[in-house]
Amino acid sequence: MNESERNIYYLRGIPVPETPPPGKDPSPWKKTDIVGTSIPRVDAYERVSGTALYPSDIRLPRMLYAAVLRCPHPHAEVMNVDTSAAEGMPGVRAVISGKTSDTDFAWWYSKEIKTKIFDPLCRFEGEEVAAVAAETAYQAWDAVRAITVEYKVLPFIAEESKSLDSSSPLLHPNGNTAKTDKYSRGDVGAGFSEADVVLDETYRTECELHMPMELHGCVASWDNDRLTIWESAQGVYSIQSRIAEILGLPLSKVRVIGHYMGGGFGSKLQPGKYTVIASLLAKKTGRPVRLFLTREETFLAVGNRPPAIMQLKAGVKKDGTLTALEFSCIATGGAYPANGTSLVDWLVRDLYLCPNVKTETKDVYINAGPSRPFRAPGHPQAAWALEQMMDALAEKIGMDPIELRLKNIPSFSQGREGNPPYTTTGLRECLSEGARAFGWEQARKRSSGSKENGHVKRGVGVASGLWFAGGGNPPSTAVVKLFSDGSVNLNMGASDIGTGTKTVMTMIVSEELGVKPEMVQIEYADTATTQYATPSGGSKTVPTEGPAVRAAALSVKQQLLSFAAADLKTDDSSLTLRGDEVISMKDPLVKVKIHDVTGLRKRGVIVGVGYRGPNPERKVVNPFAAQFCEVEVNTMTGEVRIVRFLGCHDSGRVMNRLTYDNQVFGGITMGIGLAMTEARILDRDQTGKMVNRNLHDYKLPTSLDVPKEMKSLPIEKPDDTANTIGAKGLGEPVTIPTAAAVANAVYHAVGVRMTGTPITPLQLCQALEKDGKERSK
Amino acid sequence: MSSDEDNHACSCGKGLTRRQFLTSAGAGALIVTASGHLGKDQEVSAAVIKSGEGTKITLLINGKQFQMLVEPRWSLLHVLREELGFTATKEGCGRGECGACTVLIDGMPRYACMTLAVEAEGVEITTVEGLMRGEDLGPVQKAFVEHDAFQCGYCTPGQIMAVEGLLRKEPDPTVEQIRQGVSGNLCRCGAYTHIINAARRAAEMKKSGAV
Repeated sequence: MNESERNIYYLRGIPVPETPPPGKDPSPWKKTDIVGTSIPRVDAYERVSGTALYPSDIRLPRMLYAAVLRCPHPHAEVMNVDTSAAEGMPGVRAVISGKTSDTDFAWWYSKEIKTKIFDPLCRFEGEEVAAVAAETAYQAWDAVRAITVEYKVLPFIAEESKSLDSSSPLLHPNGNTAKTDKYSRGDVGAGFSEADVVLDETYRTECELHMPMELHGCVASWDNDRLTIWESAQGVYSIQSRIAEILGLPLSKVRVIGHYMGGGFGSKLQPGKYTVIASLLAKKTGRPVRLFLTREETFLAVGNRPPAIMQLKAGVKKDGTLTALEFSCIATGGAYPANGTSLVDWLVRDLYLCPNVKTETKDVYINAGPSRPFRAPGHPQAAWALEQMMDALAEKIGMDPIELRLKNIPSFSQGREGNPPYTTTGLRECLSEGARAFGWEQARKRSSGSKENGHVKRGVGVASGLWFAGGGNPPSTAVVKLFSDGSVNLNMGASDIGTGTKTVMTMIVSEELGVKPEMVQIEYADTATTQYATPSGGSKTVPTEGPAVRAAALSVKQQLLSFAAADLKTDDSSLTLRGDEVISMKDPLVKVKIHDVTGLRKRGVIVGVGYRGPNPERKVVNPFAAQFCEVEVNTMTGEVRIVRFLGCHDSGRVMNRLTYDNQVFGGITMGIGLAMTEARILDRDQTGKMVNRNLHDYKLPTSLDVPKEMKSLPIEKPDDTANTIGAKGLGEPVTIPTAAAVANAVYHAVGVRMTGTPITPLQLCQALEKDGKERSK
Repeated sequence: MSSDEDNHACSCGKGLTRRQFLTSAGAGALIVTASGHLGKDQEVSAAVIKSGEGTKITLLINGKQFQMLVEPRWSLLHVLREELGFTATKEGCGRGECGACTVLIDGMPRYACMTLAVEAEGVEITTVEGLMRGEDLGPVQKAFVEHDAFQCGYCTPGQIMAVEGLLRKEPDPTVEQIRQGVSGNLCRCGAYTHIINAARRAAEMKKSGAV
């Protein structure tokens, strides 16, 4: 894993244990019986019956409820906090703030700038000022409202485009630039002079918020010096290491449990200040404390996809050869260094063949909540720019947009040093087979300039993408335990964040040991009892954990066959597992029931340990995608109805078609949100506060916003070079091209280029009016 | 900004939301008599219900009666989850925006966060736990499993109750009716396509009595 990948997933600086090499790699599966089929999730019962306990469902004896007082200003200094009234209120058991001596712990959004848990200088609306623990959540909020704070309100800046103006207030002593990154290959000047067509356009994507349905938070409980945390998290070990570091505790004394969790999308890779606050309140009161944020707080303080202003200049020859791409971007990770421009230029560097590329990205500070990684950081933004540009270039040279893309497909990663090849790339098939399945040519002709519906116009659009990571990596350790009746226990540290990890891992065990999936029980996501795993993010969980689980299952199998060989007085290489028996492949009469195998009976269980091996050297493992959509645009009202979508993805082997399709549709749904409805709105002139901090005004897609026709067409190319299960990541690529595909379809329908998200009826009407005026000139 | 504003004291943790309006109204609840018109300097003579003081109510949840003391400001959601342990019903926003807490009240889908517990006396409340037959799943739940109609599963109990409510009213809904029927239930994982398929399947299962 390279440094930028470590950085995105908060692994920099965390002591990541190296796992031992996995031994001899098993050969790839030629034929599978379980893997690749459609089976319902192994934990479906728990999730539909309500017996699945999410961290926010945990109720411990004597548990208290906590609430946090947050700064109502985008930029202010806390002069005084008076908690005396709150302390005397019914049910209140503890009040803490920057004034109380027991809260002096460091906090950092990145290692560059440290703050405190209750820092006197609040740089964004929603920074933590004080917290209360009380017998009920109602009483905790009563007390929060009774705390009096004296603020010195400071000037703020709420627009990244003005952050670097000399008149803007400084957020940090070294100025408002968090980071500038530059990249260059070839000579863009020469590239543009070679081009037949050069286009230059500015694009804008608005700030998008994660909004998982389960709120952010945890339950914290102490037993003397041992802290146990149930957190709604994407990974338990990443929570454990950060909390241990902040509180100065040994890792063994911090147990984090994260079984079920209600969505994260990147915002729950790390603990929040809430985790520390709950722990401090629990320590102070000697009682367990549950602290879950309100929905409103999650709009302010637990991350976002940074807004980006992107300028892209592109040159193309008449035959479709790209000659140069020049990209610059200003984005903001908010009030602290938080990777505001992370990977935002990656698609420009890597998606299409182009010898001359130059990018410059600048991450600036504004007085708003720090960003957190959000499903494919940087990529949907870049796709919004690049994929609309490809569409525009194709039109200018009179070429079909799919053909233009097909002319520029690389087999190696140009954005990386030394141009390493991709292990596999299915981008060509995603585009061509997707186009066939979608009926692209017919739909393109049918809707092009269609007049039959009067003011309602139809259009189709395509966009493609790749995801920078998605190959998985070490470390990972898995343990498989075979009981004497042939049933199996799988022990792994990874979280299942709703992507179906547990189900896929069960299928791998089932495949190798021949047990039915329902005979496999999983223990997972608990730092005290399960193995080490990095957090579930980066579309890497299946390709990371899968090979370790397979290796563990194969180890069990090998041990069992050796024991059986001793009983049967034969060579273990002639034996195989079939149902509940070990049987000779040469003589079917030579067999023994699993529960009669002497070695197993003597031990009680057979334990196999599996490790994730290294990735192939000097090769890149990336998933690829193309998505197609058809829209209907009402030119009188500006409304866009998305009629159908097709997601065509190369993520290597399809592990479970049912959960695979669900993931594809989910990514498209989230991308529709970015394209059509979602935007954080700050009152940039008067107060700097966020004005749409609720789910009525910040609109997530509903069942009425997704097209009635949703299709998924996997381009299944098992990637046997990448890892021993042949799978690549899926969770992020599925949302990368979506918004751009919608914008391209809108353009095809009405001939208006929507360069800014979201495509609201108002924006579209204004664009149509402007376009009409220009045409009539 | 004026210098006044630069140094002003503020006790507001956040803006006033509907939920907080309800809770703060409850916190210092003024019980106004029918004739009373509450003027600024009019003395309030009625009893003030303090935080922590209970009112006795009886709730009928999944066919069982629960007698309990509640604060008048408590939402039905709070009582279900925190007082009685019916944690299948989830909290996603606490103020009628997301639908995660959808339960049936007299067979109709309602947001438990927008219903005060004291309002829920004398009605029939059904949660996901109430769709179970012992340890066995009901038809809507089975259809959700079969069609993988969820990812993280957090909005799922609410989605299931919305579908259950729809099917009780309209046993054979069209796709459009289903889309409308679950449109008050947000799913950030975006499992809507599968939820709609599951709702169709549940209607078939219920009709054929195959469950």
